[in-house]
Amino acid sequence: MTARARLPGKGWGHWAQVVATHAVLLAYAAVALFPVVLVVINSFKSRRAIFGSPYDLPNAETFSLVGYQTVFSGARFDLYFLNSLIVTGVSLAAVLLFASMAAHALAEYRFRGNALLGLYLAVGIMIPIRLGTVSILRMMVALGLTDTLWSLILVYTAQGLPLAVFILTAFMRQVPGDLKDAARIDGASEYRIYRLILPLVRPALGTVAVFTMIPIWNDLWFPLVLASGERTKTVILGAQIFLGQYVNDWNAVLASLTLAMVPIIVLYVIFSRQLIRGLTQGAVK
Amino acid sequence: MNKRKPFPWHVVVFLAPATIVYTAFMIFPLLDSLRFSTFAPGPDRTFTFVGLANYQRLTSDPNWAPFLWNAIKNNFLFFAVHMLVQNPLGLLLAALLSSQITRFKALFRTVLFLPTVLSVVLIGFIWRLILSPIWGISGDFLGLFGLEHLNRPWLGLESTALVTLSLVSVWQWVGIPMLLFLAALVGIPDELIEAARVDGANAWRVFWGIRFPLILPTVGIVGVLTFVGNFNAFDLIYTTQRATAGPNYATDILGTFFFRTFFGMQLQAANPTMGATIAGIMFLIILAGVLLYLFAYQMRLQRIEL
Amino acid sequence: MFRPARTFVLALAVLALVGAGFAQRTTLTIESWRNDDLGIWQNTIIPAFNAHYPDIQVVFSPTAPTEYNAVLNSRLEAGSAGDLITCRPFDLSLDQFERGHLASLNDLPGMEYFSAVAKSAWSTDDGSDVFCVPMASVIHGFIYNADMFAELGLAEPATYEEFLAQLQTIEDAGHTPLVMGTIDQWEAATMGYQNIGPNYWRGEEGRLGLIEGTIGYDEGGFVEAFRALAEWIPFLPAGYQAMSYPDAQNFFTLGLGAIFPAGSWEIGVFRPMVDFEMGAFKPPVPAGQDTCYISDHTDIALGVNAASPNHEAALTFLEWMTTQEFAELYGNALPGFFPLADHPVTLDDPLAQTFIDWRNECEPTIRSAYQILSRGEPNNETELWNYSAQVLSGTLTPEEAAAAVQRGLENWYAPQQGR
Repeated sequence: MTARARLPGKGWGHWAQVVATHAVLLAYAAVALFPVVLVVINSFKSRRAIFGSPYDLPNAETFSLVGYQTVFSGARFDLYFLNSLIVTGVSLAAVLLFASMAAHALAEYRFRGNALLGLYLAVGIMIPIRLGTVSILRMMVALGLTDTLWSLILVYTAQGLPLAVFILTAFMRQVPGDLKDAARIDGASEYRIYRLILPLVRPALGTVAVFTMIPIWNDLWFPLVLASGERTKTVILGAQIFLGQYVNDWNAVLASLTLAMVPIIVLYVIFSRQLIRGLTQGAVK
Repeated sequence: MNKRKPFPWHVVVFLAPATIVYTAFMIFPLLDSLRFSTFAPGPDRTFTFVGLANYQRLTSDPNWAPFLWNAIKNNFLFFAVHMLVQNPLGLLLAALLSSQITRFKALFRTVLFLPTVLSVVLIGFIWRLILSPIWGISGDFLGLFGLEHLNRPWLGLESTALVTLSLVSVWQWVGIPMLLFLAALVGIPDELIEAARVDGANAWRVFWGIRFPLILPTVGIVGVLTFVGNFNAFDLIYTTQRATAGPNYATDILGTFFFRTFFGMQLQAANPTMGATIAGIMFLIILAGVLLYLFAYQMRLQRIEL
Repeated sequence: MFRPARTFVLALAVLALVGAGFAQRTTLTIESWRNDDLGIWQNTIIPAFNAHYPDIQVVFSPTAPTEYNAVLNSRLEAGSAGDLITCRPFDLSLDQFERGHLASLNDLPGMEYFSAVAKSAWSTDDGSDVFCVPMASVIHGFIYNADMFAELGLAEPATYEEFLAQLQTIEDAGHTPLVMGTIDQWEAATMGYQNIGPNYWRGEEGRLGLIEGTIGYDEGGFVEAFRALAEWIPFLPAGYQAMSYPDAQNFFTLGLGAIFPAGSWEIGVFRPMVDFEMGAFKPPVPAGQDTCYISDHTDIALGVNAASPNHEAALTFLEWMTTQEFAELYGNALPGFFPLADHPVTLDDPLAQTFIDWRNECEPTIRSAYQILSRGEPNNETELWNYSAQVLSGTLTPEEAAAAVQRGLENWYAPQQGR
């Protein structure tokens, strides 16, 4: 992660480049961060202050934890967080495992119908998933899975697969063939080769993980339709209770959704590190 | 490529879990609902098969067609803004993040990605607040340049609402192409770049001459994913402009048109058959885009192999 | 932070206990879009019901209002909806009844406390079946900042001309006269057009005229109402085209504007937010008109899911909802939602009392697009939202808007065709 600048010369041009690079990054970081910071500081303010002076930092007069108090006094947000983590974690693991296996098969083996199966596995992202709501709900009722986390995990796994297979196949096609051939000559089984390839596409796996988990974590629709019971609520669904017909409790909305950002950011930091690891490990092997 | 071998069970094992879960919980429910697009409710509330009549109605009936074309037109504009702003910006940020001279990479990588993890409820809230002529600071910001008279109720005017929302969507999603480009860029072996440097190429030349051609497949993937994502987009517009996609349907895209029709809104009853027909049209448009990409990709692949 | 493992074990334990406790009791789940009322149901209404019927457990389970229709219909189709269903007025509930999702309530004891008008929003067109117990109506009018009125020496306006003159006075004094935006569209139609309109189309006379086909949106009082609405344009806040409904609520309650075109439900919303006196006046009549008309709109009711396994318990709950006790509890817990049963009810909130007193002074009607007229394509109510908002944004003239709404109605509604 350190900048090992092994450039031939470190003249003016080099320093100008360093400054320009960081200036651009800082400028866009400000654009990215400003609205997020606004959300966070306003979550610590009273309602009057949110709308009276939205851009001020909370001060002694406007500082208020009322949003966080509402969140933790009424509903079981600790349980909601746990539900969100279970659903996101299990779905993500299933998507990564199933998709990388399928992508490996599609990228590595030439069999009849390969291209067609690849297209079939991508068709799902071309139709708005909400279209299937009633059918999915009917299936879950028939399976007795309504108001269980399983219903969400199954739907999210299915929903995450097309994109994951699509991206991983593209990346796996770029893995050089020599390595696999060498392993085959050494007598490695096809399953062993799959496990050999996985670390090589680590950056892609990290990317796909990020891709997959964000819509799952932030989804409102399927928790609402499939598992809206008190025991199975996710954080995002739990926060909806503060959005009323005629009045929104913005303090509580900002507080609950600010908290909801934290776990997903932690997961992002973990997965985005794979981008860098993939590089170094791939170079060593 | 193989000689006669025993049946390749391993291929089946690799493909089965994904195919089964995906078929059962995605393809089946989607097809089960999509078939509604070939039915119409009769006077006694039973559905009768009508073939492609709904598609004809959607594309030619004066009650439906103007909405469809409006949504398609808006959707292409929405897509164009993403291609012209989001993807170049994502590429630029990824290039800077993968540069050897950049410090605090992990921090930047996280900060630049923050908007993408934000719940859309918060994004809608905060951008409505920032852009609001009442609470907002777009006026103060323009005032810095003496241009406060240019301030507008951006989200409330037919002329500006869609472009404004497209840019908010770019702000929200730019982290995704950035990450995809970054994953491709860090995969390029250092030796290639070192070699070019030794030959005296500057950073600009190294990027466009060596790194960019090597990540071309990713450019294609980002393009097609943007297309798929944009033509399925829904959440942001629904959150800020509600199902009416106002003002006067200026921000109506296929996703909101579908939702409003399929599920209904306020007094407007749900219309599952026409809603499924809209979904059918969305499917055809996105499929065309993906096939175009796959076709171009296969052509390129063959060129390389030849 | 919490401890996931411990929470999980705890949750399981609680579940087991609760499950055991449930065994002897019936549990009723209420589907509703009223997120806002969760506390009132949990703390006031359900305990009052349980005082009479301790064996029936009731769970109020609201869905965010924007998602309610879509989610409820999906659940009804798939068979996973709750036992009691909160009913939207007219066609949406009628549709659910006709598809067999709502049970008929013709034989429910207590239905005799509701007038035919109150029941009309939840009956079949011929009145032969009623399928929801009416809960409340909402009344339109204007809520104003009484402190600001006193400071400017203004009294409640009686005529529309006085009203406009006052708006000018407020504007000249440097305040924002009217607080409303158009980005969410529905306020323009609901708190604008349908608020002041009945005075122009003479309430029920005009509304029924539309249904019978004797008058159109492009003539008489219905165009007049659009013209009167267009008079608001210079008095709305700067940048109102992008002002949302919550923006407008906050703007008014922060004391930044004088008059809020309102529905009575705002009373309960505004009470805890304001630090000034509020008053309310009814929609001012055009000069020279003696009779005033108000929109007293049947808004919310409760019915039984026909597929509910707890039918008996659900009927018990609904029967209790027809009592004086419920009317009194509900009307006072939610000031601005006026009970529809004929029981005499005292309202503690003076502003709510102001609104309900108009029932004695004016002729009541309901919103013009709700009964029958929103069955076709294009949807009449959706069109009224769009075109009322466009009149206020200045992108359409009142006449253009009126003509467009009429075209949409003539497109499918036979009595309006070829007049």
